[in-house]
Amino acid sequence: MKKKNRLQLDDNGKLKHFLTIEGLNRQLLIDILDTAESFTGVTEQTIKKVPLLRGKTIVNLFFEASTRTRTTFELAAKRLSADVLNINIQASATAKGETLLDTLRNLEAMHCDMFVVRHANSGAAHFIAQHAAPHISVINAGDGQHAHPTQAMLDMFTIRRVKGEFHKLNVAIVGDVRHSRVARSQIHALSMLGVEDVRIIAPKTLLPSEPEAFGVHVYHDLREGLRDVDVVIMLRLQKERMSGASLPSEHEYFQRYGLTEEKLALAKPDVTVMHPGPINRGVEIDSVVADGPRSVILQQVSHGIAVRMAVMSMAMQSHLPEATGGRRE
Amino acid sequence: MSAQELDINQTLDHVAQSLKAILESRNIQDPIMIGIHTGGVWVAQQLHQRLNLNEPLGTLNISFYRDDFTRIGIHPQVQPSTLPLSVDGRHIILVDDVLYTGRTIRAAFNELFDYGRPASIMLAVLVERDGRELPIQADAVGQHVSLKAGEQIKLQGPEPLTLTTTQA
Repeated sequence: MKKKNRLQLDDNGKLKHFLTIEGLNRQLLIDILDTAESFTGVTEQTIKKVPLLRGKTIVNLFFEASTRTRTTFELAAKRLSADVLNINIQASATAKGETLLDTLRNLEAMHCDMFVVRHANSGAAHFIAQHAAPHISVINAGDGQHAHPTQAMLDMFTIRRVKGEFHKLNVAIVGDVRHSRVARSQIHALSMLGVEDVRIIAPKTLLPSEPEAFGVHVYHDLREGLRDVDVVIMLRLQKERMSGASLPSEHEYFQRYGLTEEKLALAKPDVTVMHPGPINRGVEIDSVVADGPRSVILQQVSHGIAVRMAVMSMAMQSHLPEATGGRRE
Repeated sequence: MSAQELDINQTLDHVAQSLKAILESRNIQDPIMIGIHTGGVWVAQQLHQRLNLNEPLGTLNISFYRDDFTRIGIHPQVQPSTLPLSVDGRHIILVDDVLYTGRTIRAAFNELFDYGRPASIMLAVLVERDGRELPIQADAVGQHVSLKAGEQIKLQGPEPLTLTTTQA
């Protein structure tokens, strides 16, 4: 934990790399949310751009397929006027360390300022942050089953926008928590921001090995777990998990863990439904719920741009020797 | 005149009168007033009342347009810009508290033009002081203040508005 902290923050406690929620502090998370709030106005401009990162080069380094995350990172960088390079690399199974370092050195030689990294291996973004030149910031856009901190922060942003405060909320995360980097980052962010009751609802085979270590309440029954919740976050059921013995059929999963209007009625009347996407309609969520009035799934996507603008501009300013945080004239 | 002796209400009246005269001479009917965060918004609220303007007040946060981001970075507590109306083809009264180097106003111009193409922009400030670094001047000025080297002037508010001079 301490090591991660040292790696993510500079000597002044400012964000340098954004790799995981762990080891950060509540004030820093709130700073990210507040900064993102001020970026939402940029979308209302005729010219949807601010000149903050003009002349900076940001590389989207994607070793794993992604559409939504990559495009929102790209849009966020472009709205900050940075130049963006998209590099998709299929991770090779052999000599990964060496390949990664070689890639890194080449990009450094091109004078890039920031790497946005997605990789199928847990810890890949840490590895890159540890080995990158000192002037480069690294943002984790999802590593293996470890962390997806910008997704967690855009979810926190969405919750704060809809609910206002964090501490009195009951938040349920439903589905494949075991394999989900999104869930892991969400649980850390929710508890750091003061949510008292975080629930995870999943069949035993999709729970992490020691769920109590996360400080969450565990439910195996969706109906029971949804009782009186303010926010329900559905996770995507990765279909490749079906093939193993760990799960019944899609149909049976939907019967037991799929979110329907009827089950949602057990939650608070003003419950908010979230999903990081992409959604499997009729597997973990019914279309009526996904497209219904309590769903904020598309707002989450819009908020992703503002939150990623905030994280990128904050990480970039840590390199500035005199950065003090904004006094004019 | 030093800043301590400055009567804020009288100074605001003075700016309002100058603005009224300019609007009449240019035959501008429905201008949009926009204050620059934070002090400029306070001044704009006062002027908006005094001029009895129809259009709602806009606010501009120029943090993302500053030319010194690479030196001082951004502050998380910045309020977003809120422009309730399209600025396209409209006459804009831009309001700030203190006109000094002119760099804030330069940033405000750039941001305004990212929202559209105004018909005209005029600048109103509560006080101006020497030290311009860009060819920018105000159309309506409440008071000119002479400061010694190292002295700074700052508007505090919003209730009540006071100007204080400090030695940096």
